Amino acid sequence: KLQQCVWWCGCVCVTCVYAFVCAYLLICTYICVCNSRKDVITVTPWLAPVVWEGTFHTTLIDAIYKMQNITVATTVFALGKYVQFLKDFLESAEKHYMQGYRVHYYIFTDQPEAVPTVTLGASRSLTTLKIPSSNRWQEITLRRMERLEKLIETQLSNEVDYIFSLDVDTKFYGHWGVETLGDIVAVIHPGYYSTPRDDFPYERRSESQAYIPYGKGDFYYGGAVIGGRVEKVHKLAKTCRMQLDVDKANSIEAAWQEESHLNKYFLYNKPTKILSPEYLWQDTKYITPDIKIIRFSQVIKNYAKVRPNP
Amino acid sequence: MPSNKYLFLVLLAGALMVWVIYLGYASHMFRNMQLGKQMLTHARNCNTPLYTPSLLNGRKDVVTVTPWLAPIVWEGTFDMNILDAIYKPQNITVANTVFAVGKYVQFLKDYLESAEQYFMLGYRVHYYIFTDQPEAVPTVTLGADRRITTLKIPGSDRWQEITLRRMEMIENLIETQLVSEADYIFCLDVDTKFYGHWGAESLSRLVAAVHFGFYSASREHFTYERRPESQAYIPYGEGDYYYGGAMIGGLVREVYKVTKTCHLWLDMDKANSIEAVWQEESHLNKYFLYNKPTKLLSPEYLWHGPYAGNEVKIIRFTQVWKDASKVRPN
Repeated sequence: KLQQCVWWCGCVCVTCVYAFVCAYLLICTYICVCNSRKDVITVTPWLAPVVWEGTFHTTLIDAIYKMQNITVATTVFALGKYVQFLKDFLESAEKHYMQGYRVHYYIFTDQPEAVPTVTLGASRSLTTLKIPSSNRWQEITLRRMERLEKLIETQLSNEVDYIFSLDVDTKFYGHWGVETLGDIVAVIHPGYYSTPRDDFPYERRSESQAYIPYGKGDFYYGGAVIGGRVEKVHKLAKTCRMQLDVDKANSIEAAWQEESHLNKYFLYNKPTKILSPEYLWQDTKYITPDIKIIRFSQVIKNYAKVRPNP
Repeated sequence: MPSNKYLFLVLLAGALMVWVIYLGYASHMFRNMQLGKQMLTHARNCNTPLYTPSLLNGRKDVVTVTPWLAPIVWEGTFDMNILDAIYKPQNITVANTVFAVGKYVQFLKDYLESAEQYFMLGYRVHYYIFTDQPEAVPTVTLGADRRITTLKIPGSDRWQEITLRRMEMIENLIETQLVSEADYIFCLDVDTKFYGHWGAESLSRLVAAVHFGFYSASREHFTYERRPESQAYIPYGEGDYYYGGAMIGGLVREVYKVTKTCHLWLDMDKANSIEAVWQEESHLNKYFLYNKPTKLLSPEYLWHGPYAGNEVKIIRFTQVWKDASKVRPN
């Protein structure tokens, strides 16, 4: 009988110990698990946050910005056959982009009549700006900085707090809100976010103003998204435009046009916030496990059909 | 038969032990300790010139950004060279305020000497020492471009009184002097010592430090003021972090707002004969709940005692041991 007692006591003890340790480990995990991503880096070496799904609470951030009654300008360039992308861009923006905030679209186009009529939400407006076309797509993309600079100078400084300059051959697929706002905001190019820095397609010829030598550089930023406070983006656009002019005078065109100059700018003027590749994807790309949501992506297009020149 | 039962018991115990060990190994806790060791190596590499920023490699054992996207500063997350390249050209002045009243003057020597070794080296620093015994302020050799101003204030026979008046004093100092003299300000406790680098990575518009005692606790355990009668009241279910009162930092004009608001709330509480559970720290936590800091310092920047935690790889600033009965007036 004594032995049976010991046997039962032993069983109970072991079960208790087991239950206690399990509970401790689970609770410890629960307390230590924080509301964030542990598979990616969420801050740069200069302590700018990198915005990934899971790193922010929309409610908290909305609470900060809704009080400030902000206006966000959004510029796109739709020249030649690129006007075909406007409808999807605008309609998807109306579903996902800066919902609940005052947004003013500025559409630069050579065919104002081709701008589609899209139902805009409350506090959202659209202005079409006619600009001349070109028969070289590189020319079109190179002049964007100048147009952005002039737009800010002439129209935006008083009316607008933040500005985003976006490519038009894109579409919004998911939430893009005020978590993206900052003094100067850049996006990581989806094609290079896990490649080593010497493989970045920086401009490598020292004759160009966009030159970045091997061994230097932080990230490869995509030219399809530039954002930030209006005065900071103005400085960026002005500097890039000046560097583009110098290159033109020296008859050199950077490897990826303004994107190369943008990367040079961001190397010496660190962005204060970086958007993960969720904010600039490519429809042709296979989705890797660290990308939990695609918010904004470049659509599949046939280059031969949309570009005025190869 | 007894022996079979014992054998069965032993086997059962063995199997359970194996299961428990597996659980433990698989759990976050142990994985983080392993990761932590790797990350320390990574951290040491962070400040070498060849360090490459990456989106996938780096410190992943801790949370490095708050839910409102303010960075949380941990060793291994920042590169001093890049940060100095951003801040040094701005020719900034950093004010450092400290209160040494009554027997607390004994802490000044260690505080100042260690600050001269670790705090904002290479930048212009101006210490402001609030004390009731200016003659007791020790003479400490200061580095280039660093100076001390001693400000005489009345003492008190209640330590709570001393800590409660700090907000008002700092508010006045900023109004009268700092607004034209300094860019950033750090308000620190004096019963402390620097043990490691504290530099430009700590600069931002509004900076708070996560209290060492609560950095892995859930919000129900935070010692917020829970009585609705107090201005510092934070109800259960609310709150982001528990911030330490021993560190407030940021741009002078932002810290001015903090001190002014907290001073107002402290006065209101006093008029209603209520003192918040942790005095100004309670009010500070209330302020930071509704005015989110733009940067958080990890407990590396506000530690207690000589033993580091798993995630805390380096102690930069810690409260020194003191016999409370010997230093406090009450």
